[in-house]
Amino acid sequence: MDDASMKLKQKQPRRYVISRKLDAFFFDVYAFGQFIARFFRNLFLPPYEFKEIIRQCYMIGVKSLPLITLTGFITGIVFTKQSRPSLSEFGATSWLPSLVAIAIIRALAPLVTGLITAGKVGSNIGAELGSMKVTEQIDAMEVSATNPFKFLVVTRVIATTCMVPLLMLYMAVVALLGAFVNVHSNEQTSFISFIENGFHSIIFLDIFSSVLKSIVFGFTIGIVSCYQGYTTTQGTQGVGRAANTSVVLAMFLIFIEEIIIVQITNWFRVT
Amino acid sequence: MATKGKHIDRTKQVIVIRDLHKSFGTNHVLRGIDLDIYQGENVVVLGRSGTGKSVLIKIIAGLLKPDKGSVNVLGNNVAAISYRELEQLRLRIGFSFQSSALYDSMTVRENLEFPLLRNSKHLSAKQVNQAVEEALEAVGLSQTINQWPAELSGGQRKRIGIARTLIMQPAIMLYDEPTAGLDPITSMEINDLINEVQQRYNTSSIIITHDLTCAKTTGDRVAVLLDGRFVQEGTFEDVFNSGDERLKSFYDYNFIT
Repeated sequence: MDDASMKLKQKQPRRYVISRKLDAFFFDVYAFGQFIARFFRNLFLPPYEFKEIIRQCYMIGVKSLPLITLTGFITGIVFTKQSRPSLSEFGATSWLPSLVAIAIIRALAPLVTGLITAGKVGSNIGAELGSMKVTEQIDAMEVSATNPFKFLVVTRVIATTCMVPLLMLYMAVVALLGAFVNVHSNEQTSFISFIENGFHSIIFLDIFSSVLKSIVFGFTIGIVSCYQGYTTTQGTQGVGRAANTSVVLAMFLIFIEEIIIVQITNWFRVT
Repeated sequence: MATKGKHIDRTKQVIVIRDLHKSFGTNHVLRGIDLDIYQGENVVVLGRSGTGKSVLIKIIAGLLKPDKGSVNVLGNNVAAISYRELEQLRLRIGFSFQSSALYDSMTVRENLEFPLLRNSKHLSAKQVNQAVEEALEAVGLSQTINQWPAELSGGQRKRIGIARTLIMQPAIMLYDEPTAGLDPITSMEINDLINEVQQRYNTSSIIITHDLTCAKTTGDRVAVLLDGRFVQEGTFEDVFNSGDERLKSFYDYNFIT
């Protein structure tokens, strides 16, 4: 194309299929879909980067333990404390362990773990990969004959997908412990009695659906934050935006997925 | 440092570029580039910012795809080979980035070990350690082995970046603005290092710069990129004695005439 025709093309108003913003939105959705497809293509191809996966599991899982412990314990205590007045109105405080266990295992543990991990790990991955992108470290990895997508993205997504369910189970235990502390100090219930009452109403489907939710949340946190970081543009401003969008988008998707999975498991519960 | 001396083999081309075009949207950056690089030769590509100098070496390293034309590196057509073949080719290409691109989360030792551990798995821990120490010694920074990239100066980061590429003993070195943002003394040290690398390892290099001192010190041949095409090519003296008005301001700014 010569200079004259290039200038003419630049002067012509750009045409959009729907509108500029909607076109950009659908393009982003398409690009994100391609990114997910690329993840699954790379997932089964060697090399498998086991060492890096274990390192990421440690970074994501073990390093999140203090925050998960604190949040879980407080959630257990506060939820129990807030539920007691409503149950005592009906003289049903003996149901407290059962109510708390159902709430924690079915809803609170997966959701709170998902949101905490999205905030802590999602922002970390988004900012780390974003800064690697803008300082050409990803290009440097590529010219070192290392597939950066496998080394950086696949390993992190596997690690979040594996670690969030484990963190969720850990949080459920800690939250139940917090709930027991509150119940014991008010009703002098023994630990055995608390556990027996608490797990009386819990069925396999409750635990299965929570683990399933956590696996989906973990995958979402990993893939969203890796996508935001890996496709960062516009320098340091882009890094900040990648970290922020990683958290916001991951949390938004977690809520959507929560609704869908609860709806599906409720169908099984009824039938 | 033991040197072999410059030996340019004019019969052996390591990079052959023909009619190379590359656009970004409506911005036609490269408009029909032809370039030959010979074994053991340092070629400097000079040009204003945004003229596509970095794009050219990124295409050579396979980081960008050309729109049109052929890029043949060590007998491989970069645009046509598979990803696995490209990975094998990249083991023979060293790329020194403008920003050094050291991995922030790794120490200097880990940065240097990274390409070696991943691509030369047959080496023992002792051999890897020896290779790291040799590469650091070659760039004169043995004492930084356990430091983090954030603790290094700009010049040291550049040198470590070069050491990381040297550890794989590449046949071709691509330097992207090696002296950008460095003081004159450190820039001269980097220029000397580029020449030492060429002499010691008999590498062929493309040096992207707009620093004429760097061009004069390191280049066996200079090619000037303007408006997406090479407008001058030859030795430094040939290019700047040609009387081309487009190069005058370049020369005047660098040498304050």
